[in-house]
Amino acid sequence: MAVYRRTYTSYSGVLTPPRSRFLVLFRYSRKNLFRSKFQTGFFVLCFFYPLLSLIAIYLAHNLSFLERYSGSNQLLTIDNKFFFVFITVQGVLAFMLTAFTGPGLISPDLANGALPLYFCRPFSRAEYVVGKASVLAILLSEITWVPGVILFAVQASLAGSSWTWNHLWIVSSLVLSSFLWIAILSLLAMALSAWVKWRIVAGALLLAVLFFGGGFGQAINAVMRTQSGHFIDVVYLIGTVWTSLFRIDNDRGISSSAAWIALLIYCGICLALLVRKVRAYEVIK
Amino acid sequence: MNMAIQLGAADGTSQQAAAVPGTPVIELKGLSVQFGRREILKNLVCSLRGRAIGLLGPNGAGKSTLINTLLGFYKPSSGSASVLGHDIRTETGKIRSLVGYMPENDALISKMSAVSFVQMMAELSGLPPAAALERAHEALFCVGLAEARYRELGTYSLGMKQLAKLAQAIAHGPKLLILDEPTNGLDPSARQRMIRMIRDIRDSQQLQIVLCSHLLRDVEDTCEEVLILNQGRIAHYSNLEEERKANKRFLELETYGANGDFTHAIEQLGCECATTANRLKMILAEGIEIRDIYRIAAEHDVRIRRLNFRRDTLEDIFLKAMEG
Repeated sequence: MAVYRRTYTSYSGVLTPPRSRFLVLFRYSRKNLFRSKFQTGFFVLCFFYPLLSLIAIYLAHNLSFLERYSGSNQLLTIDNKFFFVFITVQGVLAFMLTAFTGPGLISPDLANGALPLYFCRPFSRAEYVVGKASVLAILLSEITWVPGVILFAVQASLAGSSWTWNHLWIVSSLVLSSFLWIAILSLLAMALSAWVKWRIVAGALLLAVLFFGGGFGQAINAVMRTQSGHFIDVVYLIGTVWTSLFRIDNDRGISSSAAWIALLIYCGICLALLVRKVRAYEVIK
Repeated sequence: MNMAIQLGAADGTSQQAAAVPGTPVIELKGLSVQFGRREILKNLVCSLRGRAIGLLGPNGAGKSTLINTLLGFYKPSSGSASVLGHDIRTETGKIRSLVGYMPENDALISKMSAVSFVQMMAELSGLPPAAALERAHEALFCVGLAEARYRELGTYSLGMKQLAKLAQAIAHGPKLLILDEPTNGLDPSARQRMIRMIRDIRDSQQLQIVLCSHLLRDVEDTCEEVLILNQGRIAHYSNLEEERKANKRFLELETYGANGDFTHAIEQLGCECATTANRLKMILAEGIEIRDIYRIAAEHDVRIRRLNFRRDTLEDIFLKAMEG
């Protein structure tokens, strides 16, 4: 019988390009996310409304159906409001998906003290953050702007070139509003999970930041008789940006440019908090 | 038949950073590290070239800080250092691509299986997925976790976790393996297994090892060179391998009535002496016999109570360094 003895040998094969290594984290983290049946189920559920919207677009162009049931073909209007409602519904679902999945991305690494093992390799902190953020970014893209653009393409193909040229700006609104929401959610979820390290608490904190921020902002506005309380309400800020991007007439307390700046500052703060925590060893001075 | 299985080396050109040939494994050039106002490492100057280098020192001596600084986790406050010829200030990426690191603390993601964890770590070091998977299996076989490689890391015992940490450190085929307290918390048999594994890896001649420990036996059993740190300073450097090879005759005397004259007379014969309490340790010079020592003792009215042929153990060296 042969006795096999494993000995150490060095590796002399090819290496992957350093710039693509953050995708390793993306691959493993995404695989890990879909291990949970609940998360997989919820992710599938997020495609229910896009499917409903697709049916609505089809029906809006099916004259015989509309005439039979409503006597008018103006019952379903596919315009900027339709896509605004779409992105609002998907935005809420994106938030819920982030609350379930986001905190689980970084907190296990921090809780298990695994960061030194990542950073003792030719793999930087920035690549780590990009790798982890890309999981959420792609996951949320799949339920926000990607189906949104597909719906627009379907509508464009059914409505003709005139409608398409007149409403082409909706595509950029869909993409831009989704990007901003994804950036806010991803950075907030990762920053909270990096500081709290406990997955469930980080998820709860994400809910608290978004909902209690609103309540607190309203309280400030009522007591101080001002509109500046809205600046601590992330949901209000994103709503202001979205209404402006989709050209919806709605009287908001603050201007869209101020909301943009406030949201970008929030992103910066989250990034700074994240960078401060994501390091091999914490130096206590 | 005894067959060695090579960890799957793929064809193609390696893009891994190369160790600069003929350079020291670690070279410290006035390295100091400061956290806030507290200076942890103080002006370390040293050049280490051995196949297996031991970093010894009591708890809080600065061993782990030195390793973390070499890996680029901490920035030096002054001075510099190089690892395999690459500067730690400017070539951190190259150093990290050459190094395998086994940290002291528990660093494994408990929900992952050992094989996927080691594979992921190998991929992060730049191995393509197929090669990383192959090497992950082989590394786990190599450290003796073959049967448990599909189990979640959270279910491992402490000894198994240490082995899994070793597996992730060697999976990508590093040129330098840094082991921070590898036998921490292991029972005697697990410790023996770990030491044997480290010796096997060292003897494969394909990588160099830096072993950081406060356990003298671990270092003595595996290392050729020893750097002893105390309170952030180099307390002693010793080349154990050269001393073993030197074939010197070490003598330890327990005397009564010895004074400086007796020691001086022995030194006049060309012997190296060191005195501790009523003990005199010496290295006999060429052509000097024991009878010469007795003769000088008689001349100086010194009684020799005990005479042993005994070289300094690492424990002696360590204790002396701590006293110094």
